[in-house]
Amino acid sequence: MMHDALVIAGKDLRLEARSRVALNQVLPFVLAVVLLFGFALDADTLLLRRATSGLFWVTVLFSAVMVVQRSFAIERQDGVTDALRLSALSPGGIFLGKVMSLFCQLLLVEVVLGLAVIVFYDVTPSGAALLLVVSVAATLGIAAAGCLYGPLAAGLRNRDTLLPLLLLPVLAPVLLAASRAFEVALGQAAGGGWQWAAMLGIFAVVYLVLGVAVWGPLLEET
Amino acid sequence: MIAEITTNSWWLIIGAWVITLGALGWYSVAIVLKGRRLSRQVPAASRRWL
Amino acid sequence: MTDIAPDSPAGAPTSTSSRATRVLGVLSLAGLALTVVYAFAITGPDVRLGNSVRIMYVHVPTVTAAYCLMIANALFSGYTLWKRSTFSDLAAHACAEVGVLMLGLTLVVGAIWGRMTWGAFWVWDARLTTTALLFLMYIGYLAIRGLPASPRVRATRSAIVGIAAAMLIPIVHKSVEWWASLHQNETVLGKVNPNISGNQYFTLMLAMVTFLLVAVWMAMHRFRVLWLIEQLDVVGVDEAIEARRAENIGVGQ
Repeated sequence: MMHDALVIAGKDLRLEARSRVALNQVLPFVLAVVLLFGFALDADTLLLRRATSGLFWVTVLFSAVMVVQRSFAIERQDGVTDALRLSALSPGGIFLGKVMSLFCQLLLVEVVLGLAVIVFYDVTPSGAALLLVVSVAATLGIAAAGCLYGPLAAGLRNRDTLLPLLLLPVLAPVLLAASRAFEVALGQAAGGGWQWAAMLGIFAVVYLVLGVAVWGPLLEET
Repeated sequence: MIAEITTNSWWLIIGAWVITLGALGWYSVAIVLKGRRLSRQVPAASRRWL
Repeated sequence: MTDIAPDSPAGAPTSTSSRATRVLGVLSLAGLALTVVYAFAITGPDVRLGNSVRIMYVHVPTVTAAYCLMIANALFSGYTLWKRSTFSDLAAHACAEVGVLMLGLTLVVGAIWGRMTWGAFWVWDARLTTTALLFLMYIGYLAIRGLPASPRVRATRSAIVGIAAAMLIPIVHKSVEWWASLHQNETVLGKVNPNISGNQYFTLMLAMVTFLLVAVWMAMHRFRVLWLIEQLDVVGVDEAIEARRAENIGVGQ
């Protein structure tokens, strides 16, 4: 199953490297959002710094919706879904592969976003270990949830608006936990950061297991 | 914290009950009427899962 | 869609009612009447909460009914994925719909309670925030059911969304609860005083059971309506096939 996962992850990432959609569309979107929040909050640097954790993860969430939509739209084209169905690849492996590819793309987005936030909101990064662990756990959870709901709601015009409705409420706990943990890491709130990280881990595990379990029927029937 | 008994409070309490019972009642009526209408359209044999 | 002759063969049901639902219905109405009497006349204002406790008698039952319905939805969804049963698929749909109604009512009544006690309609307390998220998640479930698709595909998709939502409930609950405690926004309704007097406890229990009966009654009717809609589709397809066949026979001769 892991081998299948790597095959799919490789395919998706190679596709992305060639088409550069994430690079050319999502990254500028992310920068635009950083600026927009600045305008919205009246360039109040104190407020922006205080709100950074939350704004960071809200932006990641919206970017994730876009990346998931893209990731599953390409499957719909040219009957790739059928090809996947007929291939000998295990559905669980395909799921994990897509999760890995999504994970990498989102991590790239977060790195760029982090740099933007440091520059524009005058934030001094600290608590690197917590930041890293929280990012990895949260992104894993977001990727897993995205790959579960993506095939259901992405790729067709009349379904696209359904993806945010499905994904965002589900990702609310991730937003909550990651924002609070980031605040702790940045020294803006006291203690409990690692508990939030643990919660993120649980979320990621739940959705990874669920995804591997149901992707079989999902691939067959959708 | 003991809420003071004001006319406002009673309106809120009654309002909560009216909204709840009203919504449940409306849904119930709607669903029963829809059931009757659909029953007429479906051949007798298929009307019930049994 | 042609209208089948209204006079049905003896014994065929003419609505979604049955003896079971009539019994349930009567019990529910009696329970509701009794609950109202107890909530307003027989019990007095609470020592701590005053008269706002009377809202608790309708708020807590709607949320417990909602939770039961969501669990039922999860079980039916799981069974649908496992056995591909139409029955459990439609049952899951019915439970979710009634559940969404209950969750919505919980939010509205909770906001009214908040207005009464805290002066604000929303105070980001643990229960209301969790309820709001669950409400949105199950609206998503209903939205997925609304997408045009073959019954099998729709059943699989919905079952997955239902199961995923249910698995999230404990995570959402715990994280929001913890978050609310950081802000000292414990459940707005406070912990139910374990020493609540006999009458209050009885009223609450009565209300919870009654609302559960109401929920089951509504879900049963909703299920039957969904079943009828399903049958209409089947009948429609059958009629189309018959019509086609009739055409061909005519041509053949």
